[in-house]
Amino acid sequence: MNPALLIFFVLAGLALLGAGSLVLQKHPIHSALSLIVVMVSLAGLYLLMGAEFVAMVQIIVYGGAIMVLFIFVIMLLNAGEEEHTDLSKLAKFAGLPLALALTASLAALVFKPDAGVPTAAHAFIPKATEQISSMLFKEFVYPFELTSFLILVAIMGALVLAQREKK
Amino acid sequence: MISFLQQNAFWIITIVKIALLLFIVLTVNAYLTWFERKVVAHIQSRWGPHRVGPHGLLQPAADGLKFLFKEDPTPAGVDRFVYYLAPFLALMLSLTALAVIPFGPDPINVFGQKIYLWITNPDIGLLVLFAITALSVYGIALAGWASNSKYSLLGGLRSSAQMISYELALTMSVVGVLLMANTFSLQGIIEQQSNAKWGVGILGWNVLAWTRQGLMWPQIFGFICFFTSAIAETNRAPFDLPEAESELVAGFHTEYASFKFAMFFIAEYTAMITVSCLATILFFGGWLSPFPATSVWTFTHYIPSITLIPFGLWVIYDGIRYETIFGKLVLPAVGFAMFAIGAALLAGAWIAPLHTVNEFIQPVFWFTAKILVFLFFYVWARGTLPRLRYDQLMNVGWKVLLPVSIANVIVTAAIVLWRSHA
Repeated sequence: MNPALLIFFVLAGLALLGAGSLVLQKHPIHSALSLIVVMVSLAGLYLLMGAEFVAMVQIIVYGGAIMVLFIFVIMLLNAGEEEHTDLSKLAKFAGLPLALALTASLAALVFKPDAGVPTAAHAFIPKATEQISSMLFKEFVYPFELTSFLILVAIMGALVLAQREKK
Repeated sequence: MISFLQQNAFWIITIVKIALLLFIVLTVNAYLTWFERKVVAHIQSRWGPHRVGPHGLLQPAADGLKFLFKEDPTPAGVDRFVYYLAPFLALMLSLTALAVIPFGPDPINVFGQKIYLWITNPDIGLLVLFAITALSVYGIALAGWASNSKYSLLGGLRSSAQMISYELALTMSVVGVLLMANTFSLQGIIEQQSNAKWGVGILGWNVLAWTRQGLMWPQIFGFICFFTSAIAETNRAPFDLPEAESELVAGFHTEYASFKFAMFFIAEYTAMITVSCLATILFFGGWLSPFPATSVWTFTHYIPSITLIPFGLWVIYDGIRYETIFGKLVLPAVGFAMFAIGAALLAGAWIAPLHTVNEFIQPVFWFTAKILVFLFFYVWARGTLPRLRYDQLMNVGWKVLLPVSIANVIVTAAIVLWRSHA
């Protein structure tokens, strides 16, 4: 068997297991840990496609920064086990068909022969940092800067909220 | 059989290299505890470990055995899975970081196979290290949470806050180096520093950054920010708030005993080694010698032997006077081995094969020497600086280190731009 294919199946399996466990776990910390498994497996898949930079950024930003904040907040609030309410029962019955519908439509898109999603072999994956930076600051400069503004607004909001609490 | 070996040479070499590196690093870790205890003891006018073996040199072995044979209770009410996962995560991540560190430039040729002194050398080496640093928060945070103890939880919370805060300064302080090197590859960063003014090695290092094109912006501020935040990132004194023993018993690892505690310990010391390697690579020229490469300076190639021979002689002299019979036997033997290695390297001036060996160990020698200096810095800081208060810690991270490293990035970017246009 092709080693790359083997690694792909291991990582994809891990990602699916992590995603399943994320939903099924009762405790928020266990769910957060499962999400980290998903993030890291995704990074591994990117690495397998040759997108080294994206893979590492995936781990640093999602696996590191964001998930650490999740865990931090869960620890700080000392959140206990999940409690079932009537609404969560509703989610169980409505969510399953919706999830199936979403999976079906995604699968249909992936397996559509002509206008399918580009696979690793066809997609342009910038490797060197230089390529990525020039793309970021030439082609995608407006989305990039707008995203920064969005984050800035979020930071200001957090500051305002924190200041209000002090008074 | 031989064809099997040749076909799978890559895998075999890599596995052997990993095993060897693990063996070396774990041994160095063990002796780092001895070194730390000795240095701190001498800073505080004590003797430090000196009962187990001559000069306490067998103390690490005794400690290791003690860790293995201690009772390993699991406290009541812990989250078992996470409680067991945390030390594994901490140890695994800190050991993985070593895989991307290049220890020397030249390969060894064995049976026609080139064996490089690194396990892997990706183009994004530095990013891999940052990714591992980003994940290593979990080991400590989860240990604190899973232990079901308020001291552990407080330690874990503190450490996650501290590591998130200092990660920013850590990453920003390196950007200056990246701007000058134009690459994330650790080997590339070292090679870029060999472009020194007048060929005088030390000037080209990123802390001075005096290249052939002229003086760049010396990364001395970058280095100070990097090393300070790295000490905080590895949870070492004076930033060891997560385990502040006067307030939190032992912080995040209060509830861990026996070898699980040892795993946290090994993880911490391995992280120290990684940070020392990284400081050496990014700011101090990695394996590059500080001296010019001209023939007048060839005598500097014998610095390894010039240090080893007198030290070996001193160890022999010290061993003969040592109180115990064991010490009288072991220390002279060790001293004689050092003396012999030094003499053999010195003989390289006349004997061709030894000359090759001497040339080969030059980069490795400089790399190791620089790492040892940084490890000493770590211990020195622990022995002399008082622990920061929590608000002071946050102030240093956010209000001093982060702005200074951002300013450093801006100035470096301006000068790199100016130099590339001139």
